[in-house]
Amino acid sequence: MEQFFFFLFAAGAVISALLVISRRNVMHCALFLVLTFFFVAAIFVLLKAEFLAAVQVLVYAGAIMVLFTFVIFLVHIPRTEKIRQTFRQKNLALALGLLLGLEVAYILYGTMAAPASLPAAAPVGAVGNTESFGVALFTRFLFPFEVVSVLLLAAMIGAIVLAKKEIDR
Amino acid sequence: MSAEVPLSYYLILGALLFIIGAVGVLTRRHALVILMSIELMLNAVNITLVAFSRMQGNLTGQVFSLFIIAVAAAEAAVGLAIVIVLFNSRETLNIDEINLMKW
Amino acid sequence: MNFVLPEIDLGAIAPQLWLTATAILVLMVQAFVPLVTSRSLALLSIIGSLLSLVATLGLWGQEAVLFSGMIALDTFSLFFNVVFLLGAILTVLISVEYLEREQIAHGEYFALVLFATVGMMIMAAGVDLIAIFIGLEILSLSLYVLAGFMRQVLRSNESAMKYFLLGAFATGFFLYGIALLYGATGSTNLDRIFLIAGERGGWGNVLVMGGMGLLLVGFGFKVASVPFHMWTPDVYEGAPTPISAFMSTAAKAGAFAAFVRVFLYSLPGLAASWAPLLAGMAVLSMVVGTLLALVQRRNIKRLLAYSSIVHVGYLLLGLLSGGTEGGASVLFYLLAYTFMQVGAFAVVVYLGGQGEDDLSLARFSGVAVRHPVAALAFSLFLLSLAGIPPTAGFVGKFYIFSAAIQAGHIGLAVVGVLTSVVSLYYYLGVIVFMYMRDPVDLPERRPSAALVTALALAVAGTVEMGLFPGSLLDLAQQSVASLLGS
Repeated sequence: MEQFFFFLFAAGAVISALLVISRRNVMHCALFLVLTFFFVAAIFVLLKAEFLAAVQVLVYAGAIMVLFTFVIFLVHIPRTEKIRQTFRQKNLALALGLLLGLEVAYILYGTMAAPASLPAAAPVGAVGNTESFGVALFTRFLFPFEVVSVLLLAAMIGAIVLAKKEIDR
Repeated sequence: MSAEVPLSYYLILGALLFIIGAVGVLTRRHALVILMSIELMLNAVNITLVAFSRMQGNLTGQVFSLFIIAVAAAEAAVGLAIVIVLFNSRETLNIDEINLMKW
Repeated sequence: MNFVLPEIDLGAIAPQLWLTATAILVLMVQAFVPLVTSRSLALLSIIGSLLSLVATLGLWGQEAVLFSGMIALDTFSLFFNVVFLLGAILTVLISVEYLEREQIAHGEYFALVLFATVGMMIMAAGVDLIAIFIGLEILSLSLYVLAGFMRQVLRSNESAMKYFLLGAFATGFFLYGIALLYGATGSTNLDRIFLIAGERGGWGNVLVMGGMGLLLVGFGFKVASVPFHMWTPDVYEGAPTPISAFMSTAAKAGAFAAFVRVFLYSLPGLAASWAPLLAGMAVLSMVVGTLLALVQRRNIKRLLAYSSIVHVGYLLLGLLSGGTEGGASVLFYLLAYTFMQVGAFAVVVYLGGQGEDDLSLARFSGVAVRHPVAALAFSLFLLSLAGIPPTAGFVGKFYIFSAAIQAGHIGLAVVGVLTSVVSLYYYLGVIVFMYMRDPVDLPERRPSAALVTALALAVAGTVEMGLFPGSLLDLAQQSVASLLGS
C-alpha cells in the first residue's frame, strides 16, 4: 500500500517539477510549483514527518506561493510572459545533469550495498512527532531557533528597503 | 510498515528533484522561474534530510528541514523584492538582457 | 517528559548580542527620532562595533562549547571576530560620504552591515552545520540587499540580481552537501562528523565524499574561487563601492572561517580526497584571476575584483597547506587583506565622482598632482596587494608560501610567486597613471573626517603588519592551535 502511494506521489512530484522548468507561461510554472510542494508534503507524511508536512503546506504552498503569484501579477505585462528560451548554457546544464545523475546512480549503488541493519522503525515517533519535534527545537536546537529571528528580521528590513516605493526622510 | 519502500527510493526522488531544479536554474532565462527552480532544489534537500532523519533515527534532519523552510521563505522575500526593483527600472526579467556590465 | 533547557550563557555570545542590539537600535532611532542624520547613525554603529570588540577582547583566552554543541567560544572565533569588526568599522567609515553623495543615506544600510557581521560571527563560531548555515544565510541575505541598495541605479539592481541568483544556487549545493554528510554520520555536529567520517568505509564513504564535494562547491561560490567566480566582477562593479570592499574582505573572511573549521577541523581525515580539488581551485584562481586582471582597463572596481580572485587563490593555498602553520597564514593574510583592500576601495570612494560612471584607469591620471596624499595611500595599498616589502601583503604572502613549501606544495608555491610577480604589472599600471600622466579635471573636494579616519587606520594597519608582524602571527598561530588542539 505504502509503495503505491510513494510511487504516486513521487511521480506526481517529478512530473510537476519537470513542468515547472519547461512551461513558457510563468503563471503555469508557479501553479505547477504549488502542485510539487503538495506532493512533497505527501512524501513527508509517508516519512512520518507529519509536522513538517503541515509546515510545508502552510509556509511553502501558502506563504511563499502567494508571494510568487503576487509578484507575477505585479510584473505581468505581455513582454515578460514570453521570454524566448535561448539555451545558451545547454552544454553546461547537460554536463551538470549528467554529473548529478551519476551521483544518483552512486547513491543507489551505495544503498544496495548498505547494511540491512538500518533501524526499520525509528524511535522518532515515540512520543508523537510534533511533541518530540517541539522539545528538540527548544532544547538542543534552541540557539539556531533564536538566531533565525535575526535572519528573518534582516530579510524583512531588506525586502522593505528594496521594494518600498519611496523612502521619505 | 515502512519497510515496504526502501529509503534509497526517497533519496533517489530527492536527487531527481535536485537535478531538475539545477537544470532549471541553468537553462531558464526568466528570473522568476530561476527562483522557482531554486525552491525546487531546496525541497529536494528537505526530502533527502527527512529520509536520512528516518534512517538515522534522530530528529536532526527534520529540524534542519524546518530551518531550511524558514530560510527559503526569507530568501524568497528578498529575491522577489530584488525582482520588483529590477523590473521597475528595466522592464524585463530576462537574465540574458541583464548585461549592462561587460568588460 | 523530560524538558531540560540548555545552559544559556549570554556572556559568551556578548559580541554577537552587542551588534544585534546596535542594529535594532539604529533602526529604532531612524524610525522614531525625527531628523536624525545618517552621520549620527554611522557613529552609533561604530560605537556598537567597538563595544562588540571590547566584549570580544574580554572573552580572549576562554574556551567553551555552548548551547548544546551549536557554537564554540575559542580563540579561533575571537580572532575572526576582530577581523569582521575591523572590516565592518572600516566599511561604515568609508560609507558615510558615499551614501550622502549617492543619496541613499538610510539607517537600514548600517543595520544590514551590522546584521551581516553578526552572521559572520555565528559562522566563525559555529561547530554545528546548522549554526554555520544560518550564519551564512544572515550574511548572504544582508549582502544581497546591500548590493542592490542603490535602487535607482541599474548597475546596482543587476548586481543584486546576479548575486542573489548565484548565491541562492550555491546555497542549494551547500545544503545538499550537508544533507549527505548528515546521512553518512547521523549528525550535523562537526565533532561527530570528524569521528565518524574518518572511519566509515563503503556506503558511508560514498555519502561523505559526495557531501564533501558539494560543500566544496558551495564554499567555492561563497569565497569566489575559480571556477565558481563568474559573479564576482559584475557584483563588485555594480554594488555600492563600500559594499564591494565589505564583500571582498569581511564577508570573504566569514566564508573562510567556516571553510577552515569544516575542512581542517572536521574533515582532515579525508585530506587525501579534498587536497587535489583544493589545489586545482587554488591554481586556477591564481592563474585565471591574474590573466583577467591583466586585460582589465575599463573599471578599477573590476580590477580589484579580479585581483581579489587571485588573493582567494593564495588563501586556498594556505588552507591546503593545513596544520597550524597553514591555518595561521590564512588568518594573518585575511587580516592584512582587510586593511589593504578596504584601504584601496576607500581611495576609490574618495576619487570617484557622483554616480561613479567613470572609474577607468584614465580617471586616475595625474592624481598625484591634485591629491598627493590619496595617491600615496593608494600606491601603498596597491604595492601591498602586489606583495612588495615592507608591507602587510608581503609578510602575509611570505607566510603562506613558506607554509606551502613546508607542507610539500612546492609547485603551487612557485605558481603563487609567479602570479604575484605578474600582478605587479597591473598594480603598477595604476600607479603609473597616477604619477606619470597629465592630470585630468577632478572635482575639488575635501574628504570627510570619517573617510580620513578609515584611510589612516588602513595605512597604519598595512604598515604595522608589514614591519612588526611577529605578535599578530603568534596570535594567529594560537588561534589555529586552539582550533586544532595541538
